[in-house]
Amino acid sequence: MNNNIDIVNNPVLSIKDLSIAYNKADKYAVKDINVTIKKNAITAIMGPSGCGKSTLLRAINRMHELYPDIKTVGDIYLNEENIMKMSTIHLRRNIGMVFQRPNPFPTMSIYDNVLAGYKLNGIRLKKTERDDIVERSLSNVALWDEVKDALHKKGTFLSGGQQQRLCIARSLAFQPEVILLDEPTSALDPIATSKIEDLLVELKKNYTIVMVTHNMAQAARISEYSMFMYLGDLVEYGKTKMMFTNPRVRKTEEYLTGKFG
Amino acid sequence: MKSDTITKYVLLVSSIVILLVSAGMVFSLIGDALPVFEKFGWRFITSSEWNPTEGRENYGALPFIAGTLSTSILALIICLPMAFATALFLAEYFKKSSLSTIIGSMVDLLAGVPSIVYGLWGFYTLRPFIVSLGLDAQGYGIFTAGLILAIMIIPYATSLSAEIISMVPNELKEAAYSLGATRMEVIFSVVLPNARSGIVASFILAFGRALGETMAVTMLIGNANIIPTGLFSTGNSMASVIANQFGEADGLKLSALIAIGLLLFAITGIVNAIGKLVIKKLS
Amino acid sequence: MESEIRAVDYSAKSTYRNIKDKLFLWGVIVVSIITISPIVLIIGQLVFKGFKQINFSFFTEVTPSTYEAMTAIANGELIPGGIVNGITGTLLIVAIAALIAIPVGILIGLFLYENKGKIYANLIRNLSDILQGVPSIVLGLIAYLWVVKGVTQGYSALAGSVALAIMMLPLIIRSTEETMLMLPGSLKEAGLALGVPYYKVILRVLIPSGLSGLSTGILLAISRILGETAPLLLTTLGNPMINWNPAEPTSAVPLLIWDFYNDPNMADLIWSSSLFLMGFVLTLNIIAKRIAAKH
Repeated sequence: MNNNIDIVNNPVLSIKDLSIAYNKADKYAVKDINVTIKKNAITAIMGPSGCGKSTLLRAINRMHELYPDIKTVGDIYLNEENIMKMSTIHLRRNIGMVFQRPNPFPTMSIYDNVLAGYKLNGIRLKKTERDDIVERSLSNVALWDEVKDALHKKGTFLSGGQQQRLCIARSLAFQPEVILLDEPTSALDPIATSKIEDLLVELKKNYTIVMVTHNMAQAARISEYSMFMYLGDLVEYGKTKMMFTNPRVRKTEEYLTGKFG
Repeated sequence: MKSDTITKYVLLVSSIVILLVSAGMVFSLIGDALPVFEKFGWRFITSSEWNPTEGRENYGALPFIAGTLSTSILALIICLPMAFATALFLAEYFKKSSLSTIIGSMVDLLAGVPSIVYGLWGFYTLRPFIVSLGLDAQGYGIFTAGLILAIMIIPYATSLSAEIISMVPNELKEAAYSLGATRMEVIFSVVLPNARSGIVASFILAFGRALGETMAVTMLIGNANIIPTGLFSTGNSMASVIANQFGEADGLKLSALIAIGLLLFAITGIVNAIGKLVIKKLS
Repeated sequence: MESEIRAVDYSAKSTYRNIKDKLFLWGVIVVSIITISPIVLIIGQLVFKGFKQINFSFFTEVTPSTYEAMTAIANGELIPGGIVNGITGTLLIVAIAALIAIPVGILIGLFLYENKGKIYANLIRNLSDILQGVPSIVLGLIAYLWVVKGVTQGYSALAGSVALAIMMLPLIIRSTEETMLMLPGSLKEAGLALGVPYYKVILRVLIPSGLSGLSTGILLAISRILGETAPLLLTTLGNPMINWNPAEPTSAVPLLIWDFYNDPNMADLIWSSSLFLMGFVLTLNIIAKRIAAKH
């Protein structure tokens, strides 16, 4: 059931024959995915719980390497460079990740949280460079005005929505090409959610965004491209508008109309 | 990636320390206890004669096993109602009140008192008190040692029991109240049945502590190498005989003391393992 | 008619039940007060009997000889000297024990956290639990066999430290693992997602984030070993002088209390030394609780 039409020209990411298995068994959580992802656009990955959408997303950042039981086969190319052959440090500087729950480092100030990627990697910067990165990253997530007088307070004092924007700023500090977001608004209230959505639409001008979402309406609101996954298979992939108005596969239609999920 | 692999190996290697210490402990104790077991065989455990005089050497650990078991069992019996009532006080009747915070931190303080300070208090306060009650002329013996042991293990039994009791779901208790049960009835019909195995485990673990306590018992049990004959009889415990006679020990006597250590290690290990198993079953 | 009788019966029974309920409550309160009364009596006795010997020389001078103590008592004076050899000994022994147990314990705790659910990790956790239950006197025997006979060829501070380190280890392991489990799981991934090597995530994210939990665990573990007497009796022996050499016999505050207890001339020093030890233990406990309560 592969519907891997080459809908994207000059993709920033291309995923080739990617399969992921847990527990070294032959039970695949993600099966033979072939997909290309468009630059400067938001691509949403949808599907019911356990369909493999987070597993796919995390593979793009090679997060699975933390868990020896997870076996990944296939290749992922970032601008024609195979990420499986990159150093994780180089890879993760180019592909940032934001998690389901806001997780600023609790012992660091807001300022240090933004710079965490530099600090923890031992990259030394001049004071002016540091200030520039912090201001630029926080402005990018529309948090600068709210926190500029409290930069040296702990990040955990912020509200949930602010914390999540801080986490986005943290991944933006490296100016990556791609940002991966794993259900970034599922722990937030509707107002904070809509702020993050506006922010993502703004950010896609400079970054490529891939996000997993459980929320169909969110995918419809902000993404240009959508993937629908079911039981580890990529069922359908195409322009979001097309998929929502005229899905090609029955399973997609059933999901979008709420017959399961 | 490379440094991540090294990190994982460092963690793995560090875990081996536990294996080495545990295995090394068993090997060392068995190795150094062997001469005594070779010479006396089972008689080491069944004989009650302890005679270090050269030429007529005989080592039997029975009096000490009896001393340890009798003081610890007595401690457990005294500890039961005390710890149980205090746990109910903390986790049921005055749960989350400032009164229970105060009593709770005093229970914690009891756990922090060093064994030797308990021994001093037992020697200078408890022992004269027992003499003044006319219970015993000297005040040394199984009863005094068991009483001080009880005070020492109460905090362990109390805090674990209180934790278990406070975990009993409120809905269950409310259901019983809604049927018109009194508080005491709720405690005995809902709280206890639900917390039973946890409370049992907490007393088993407290008993395990009592078995190995050294200083306070040494100062109060009377240090007589005989099988205790009654509540106020003097005796000696396994830990006490090691502490008392270690300084002048070598050769076969040292081996006998190490063999007693091995027995103590085995007994506390078994008791603690049972306690942990009961807790595991719970979760 | 019948229903009326039943109602009367019921109310009589209900009064009886209520009285029983009240009696039980009062029983619980009285027994609880009896249970905690020893701590008041013990601390009261230590303060009351111990404070008069606590003066400047108590902290600066070594223990007096029996003869000096006897003369002082005969003249109705305070016993001269202090317990500085015990204080320095305790510091030395506990510091070495902590130096061994804290890093190893934290590493093993991290290992258990990393590998939770695996058979080997469960084995390690169970062994650590068993170690925690081993009587301290048995640990003294072990340290005697390993260090006194094996390494230092004689009684030494190091041997005592090894016994106390084995005692501390399971406590540190457990508190490290529990602290790590309380941290949000994605914290580690957030660090790694920034391309940070794992050891740096441990050192700069996980340990700082769990610092309050870790330090509470460490302080409680130290307060547990501070008053240990039995294992030191078998390993460090004692020393009338200040000693900073880990390979030499060394005194410790609890060992001095034991010596004073066995020497009638020194009896007055028992209480001040115990008061000092108890104060030390309690202070550590209170600091640990403060840190834990703050977070």
